[in-house]
This record gives sequence, structure tokens and C-alpha cells, in this order.
Amino acid sequence: MRSIRWLAGSITLVCALVFIFGVLKAEMATKLMLYLLICFFLSLYRILKGPTAADRSVATDILGILVIGFCAILAVYTGKGWYIDIAIAWALQSFIGTLALAKFLEGRHFDE
Amino acid sequence: MNETASLVFILVGISFDLFGCIGLIRLPDVYNRLQASTKCVTLGTCGILFGVFLRLGFSAGGVKALICIVFVLLTAPVAAHALAKGAHKYGVKLWERSVCDKYTEDKK
Repeated sequence: MRSIRWLAGSITLVCALVFIFGVLKAEMATKLMLYLLICFFLSLYRILKGPTAADRSVATDILGILVIGFCAILAVYTGKGWYIDIAIAWALQSFIGTLALAKFLEGRHFDE
Repeated sequence: MNETASLVFILVGISFDLFGCIGLIRLPDVYNRLQASTKCVTLGTCGILFGVFLRLGFSAGGVKALICIVFVLLTAPVAAHALAKGAHKYGVKLWERSVCDKYTEDKK
């Protein structure tokens, strides 16, 4: 059962990558954003599924990091420089949010 | 030339983001997932931002991208370390095939 799930997941991922870079007729920026969108969905899966609160905190941290890269790509391909300002502000907010989540986890106990 | 170099850096960065997220899905434990997903930061997002800097040059946007690289490189390991310590104090068990746990040994 486990190996079947592994095989299905990896085949889906490879098919998506081949579709984005081989089949789809679009600009390079659209392809890069679709590539990042796959990463967003993978980390959203971990937020939904994660067994403990710590898993969800880790996935939220990575989601914030991915948004920074997304804003940087937007800044290049739309030609508007202020998207990088959004990236810096998002990095600050994500760092403070992750520290707050870590402090919150330290005060609790898993068994309660 | 400059556009090709920036595209290569952006592609390498996005590939590392994808590998980090696959690690986030596949690995068995909070600590292993944290170890895989912090690669997403240092090589992935900093690669993308360095590609943006190569494309924009020393203009306002490019210098802001460099500042963002420095900021992310300083803050992301701190956040990951705080999350690992918080998860350990929260009481998340290690994977059953983990080899050693120095933090618990030091506390005794």
C-alpha cells in the first residue's frame, strides 16, 4: 500500500513537471510560477495532514519562505520594483510569526 | 548573457524549493522535515533572489534583493532552531529508528 502511494505520487509529480516545461505553450514567467505553485500545494498538504502542531508550524514557515521567492519572480517579470518591498516585509512578518509559534509550543505539552 | 545567468540561478533555486517540499512530504519526523525544509531557504529562495539581483543589476530593486538575501540568511536558521527546541519541549517523539538524542541526555 505504501509503495503504491509512493509510486502514484512520484508519477503525478513527474507528469506535472513534463507538462509545464514540455507541453505547455506559455511565457517563461508563467512556467516558473506554475513550478512554484506545485511547491505551495505540497506544503499546504503538510499543513492539512500534519500529525502534530509542530509539523504545521514547520510547513507554515516554509510557505512564508516560498512567498518571498514568488514575489521576487513577480518583480522581475512584471518590471515593477515594489514587489521586492513586499518580499522584505513578508520575510520580517514570517520570522516574527515563526518565533511566536515556537514560543507557544514551548509552553504547552503534547499529552494535555 | 546576464539574462541567461539569472535564469539559471532562478531555475536552480526553484528546483531546491521543490526538493525541500518533497522532503517535507516524505520524511517521517518533525526534526527530519525541518532538516529537509531549511535547504529550501538557504539554497532555494536565496538562489531566486540572487538571480533577480543579476537580472536587475545595481538598481533600486537589485540592491533591495541583496538586502533581502542577507536578512533571510540571518533570520531563517534562528527560526528553525527555535522551532526545533519548541517541538522538543512540546514532547514530540523522535522517529523510532533515530540514532541519538543528545538534548535529552544533556538535560539528565
